[in-house]
Amino acid sequence: MSAETMEQTVAGERAPVGRVRLAAGRLAGSRGALTGVVVLALLFLLAFVGPYLTPWDYATPDYTALRQPPSGQHWFGTNGLGQDVFAQTVRGLQKSLVIGLLVAVLSTGLASLVGACAGYFGGWTDRVLTFLVDLMLIFPAFLVIAVISPRLRGSGWIAFVVLLAVFNWMITARVIRSMTRSLREREFVAAARFMGVAPFRIIWRHILPNVSSFLIIDATITVGGAVMSEAALSYFGFGVRPPDVSLGTLLAAGAGDAPVFPWLFYFAAGLLVLFVLAVNLVGDGLRDALDPTAAPGRRARKTANSSRRSTS
Amino acid sequence: MTSPLLAVRNLTVDFGDHPAVRGVDLEVHRGETLGLVGESGSGKSVTALAVLGLLPAAGRIGGSVQLDGRELVGLPAKQLAGIRGRRIAMVFQDPLSAFTPVYRIGDQIAEAVRVHQPVSRDAARRRAADLLDLVGIPDPKRALDAYPHEFSGGMRQRAMIAMAVANDPDILLADEPTTALDVTIQAQVLDVLRTAQRETGAALVLVSHDLGVIAGSADRVAVMYAGRIVETAPVDELFTAPRHPYTLGLIGAVPRLDGRGGPLVPIPGRPPAAGELRGPGCPFADRCPLVEDRCRTAEPPLTGGGTHPAGGGTHLAACLRADHLAATRPAPAEVYPVPEVPAADAAPREEREPVLAVSGLTRSFPRYRGTLLRRRIGETFAVDGVDLDIRRGETLGLVGESGSGKSTTLYEILKLAAPQGGRIELLGQDTAALDRAAAHRLRARVQIVFQDPAASLDPRMPVGDVIAEPLLAQRVPAADARRRIPELLRQVGLDPAHADRYPHEFSGGQRQRISIARALAVRPDLLVLDEPVSALDVSVQAGVLNLLQQLKAELGLAYLFVSHDLSVVRHLADRVAVMYLGRTVETGTVERVFAEPRHPYTRALLAAVPLPDPAAERARPRLLLAGDPPSPAERHLGCPFRSRCPVHAALAPEQRTRCATELPPATPAAPGVDHTAACHFPDGGRPPLGHAGTDPACPPPRRG
Repeated sequence: MSAETMEQTVAGERAPVGRVRLAAGRLAGSRGALTGVVVLALLFLLAFVGPYLTPWDYATPDYTALRQPPSGQHWFGTNGLGQDVFAQTVRGLQKSLVIGLLVAVLSTGLASLVGACAGYFGGWTDRVLTFLVDLMLIFPAFLVIAVISPRLRGSGWIAFVVLLAVFNWMITARVIRSMTRSLREREFVAAARFMGVAPFRIIWRHILPNVSSFLIIDATITVGGAVMSEAALSYFGFGVRPPDVSLGTLLAAGAGDAPVFPWLFYFAAGLLVLFVLAVNLVGDGLRDALDPTAAPGRRARKTANSSRRSTS
Repeated sequence: MTSPLLAVRNLTVDFGDHPAVRGVDLEVHRGETLGLVGESGSGKSVTALAVLGLLPAAGRIGGSVQLDGRELVGLPAKQLAGIRGRRIAMVFQDPLSAFTPVYRIGDQIAEAVRVHQPVSRDAARRRAADLLDLVGIPDPKRALDAYPHEFSGGMRQRAMIAMAVANDPDILLADEPTTALDVTIQAQVLDVLRTAQRETGAALVLVSHDLGVIAGSADRVAVMYAGRIVETAPVDELFTAPRHPYTLGLIGAVPRLDGRGGPLVPIPGRPPAAGELRGPGCPFADRCPLVEDRCRTAEPPLTGGGTHPAGGGTHLAACLRADHLAATRPAPAEVYPVPEVPAADAAPREEREPVLAVSGLTRSFPRYRGTLLRRRIGETFAVDGVDLDIRRGETLGLVGESGSGKSTTLYEILKLAAPQGGRIELLGQDTAALDRAAAHRLRARVQIVFQDPAASLDPRMPVGDVIAEPLLAQRVPAADARRRIPELLRQVGLDPAHADRYPHEFSGGQRQRISIARALAVRPDLLVLDEPVSALDVSVQAGVLNLLQQLKAELGLAYLFVSHDLSVVRHLADRVAVMYLGRTVETGTVERVFAEPRHPYTRALLAAVPLPDPAAERARPRLLLAGDPPSPAERHLGCPFRSRCPVHAALAPEQRTRCATELPPATPAAPGVDHTAACHFPDGGRPPLGHAGTDPACPPPRRG
């Protein structure tokens, strides 16, 4: 870039955009992330509009059609009780989408808050929070949920989401804590401290963005994990109870019949795989958008290289 | 002339598609010292490693390296191993990682002997002790049994040299041997290198980025740029009549201990990164003020410039304008554009308001042992009596070796809290008496620039956000903060359009400018600069130093400039404070302290700084300081410097007791003179004033 063009850019001055807009722009430019978002949107559409498309209800059996393969009447076929698999699948998808995403967001959020605070503040805060994490780790989560969930029957699936999240964040928190401890020794954190930036602001603006790659990967893994652990709990009669269904319960019920009656298993399994894949695509895009050294940034770096010579 | 000992012809090294060395020719003769100078990424270390065949596996080597007529390139590893250490030995930059931590020093040196010589274990051990003695390690018999971590950096580098000369090699390759060391230790190690060279008669290839080190040690110099040698000449000629504009620029860009005033000569642009691909033509063309159209068509060869026989064929330059430079011999400032640095406001010092006043500052850290049952086993006295005084528009240089407590002092000041001991007054406010709101307001008036621009900028934040951060911290509305970003970027010489790029997209010098812009955002009164240029290349450093001078004059800033580099301090500072072992031992105006240092430590420090001028360097009296600084873990009764003090060593016994029992207070040279020294016998025990220069009353220093 020559001196003249530099002058021109000075003349046409604009306030530079901030980090959020930059990252959003990079996210929008990532094809993978866009695909993921579109797939997720379609899944939500299917889950919440699907029940109105079919005359069948997820619970009411059709005694005229037991274990029928997919047909014009029952699009995904029926199960042994004569319930419509399509109605069941979209109903289950509703539950699983919400549970998976909410558990991932809640548990990762909690993990980053606790981990970053423990790592950043150190001292007694660290000791108390680490003790809490260790305590939660040694609780047998499955048993505790099993004990508590009957009492929460009235409060519905939200309580169930909270329970799943509360027993899922500890290991992530420990990793975040150690990452924060090394980050807080870095000079840019010291610089922010000396500027008078408040501690939680430092955590929000400097610590969390620098551990975001890990957080995002952790959250995307949690999405799939939450759907499956919900299924495991439902199998034992906690969480989603019959006749209500989720993708997890459908999978658990259909797994044994899969070789003989594939429609009982593969529609639910396919949707779950699609869901987790979409979440991963969005996560990858988000990670690259937040990490300036990642692939989409490389084009920008090249142009910077060629213009670097203009200044020192 | 006899045939060269080592002849490198058209050496090329590339890593994948990235050429790191692109055709280097070198000749080293028996007993001479060849200096290889260049900035980072110029390929000087790769050249040294390629000679030894020590390149990483990804590197492809071409051309020829001949030792006494024997080709080394392509030699089987086993035969090469017989040459390494025996005929060519290497001294590495980082003495910490060059020794195996789990073996004793003596065993490692003995191993080097036994690998190449059929001697008994005992003989090898005796030889190792002799070698340690040669490099000046006290009590060599005991040092044999020490582990590497028990040695200080300087001691380790000496031991490294001992290991290198164990088999009387013909060639000693030293790759930045003193870069990781303090100046006084650097002087010791360079001296040891010279001794080792003299004792063994080896040729020395000294690779360095420091022109001062090269000027003082080398006989011939080769300057590297972008993987090629651009100029080679005998040392005196190179420094007095450089024929390549890059060499000329380098000489002009170095701040000097013996000169002052005016801006430095920055070379525009930045040095190309290692292996960066370029178009045809001279790689320096983009930065060169003498560039012509023909420079861009083909890369000029390294030739002797036929019209000027002065060099006698030994002065070669790879520049089409070499004859022009040889004929006119311009000063760097006549060739390179030099920025105008406005003169600072010149009100007398007493009339300016104080910005920072520190008196008797102390800070110690408890040391613990044990993990389960932690018990306190002592204290480290990191800062133990620091006095500083800065007025508006003034630069105070804080100088000291590593471990002298400079950084701890800074952090204590910036904490804006009550210090452990002593008193800190910032802009007239005692930091001990500040409440939270007042401390927060004060933060806007003191800002810091860190040493490493790569570490002090958040890699995940665009530079616009980085610069706006201190404003946001002071609760400036976000929109207003954003509007100031372009102006700030322009102020430090960057393109405002780059505000939404991330730090990694900038070069080192540019990142340091971003750091400065961030610090200036809140219009501070005091800028604390913690070694702001020591991570930068010389040619880039000059630009940043000029910027600092310009900003100071324009904005009336005060600087607390911490540095281990006395030349930079001499160039930039108005006043200087010298620290040793957590104490300020000498303060005063730069002119006085550098011309008539009163404390023996300051004298030694100044004498240790190499000058980038071979003639002046040879003419200087040499004053080597023995040993390493003592540990700050124990409190010293009396003067902490006396264990290394040349004045103390020459005193009569009854005078010595005073040094041993009484802590010397800071006393001014004369009433009303801004120059104090904390020494019982300043000026070498003679009456102060009435003399000039560094002529030491100290005993003649130990040489080799």
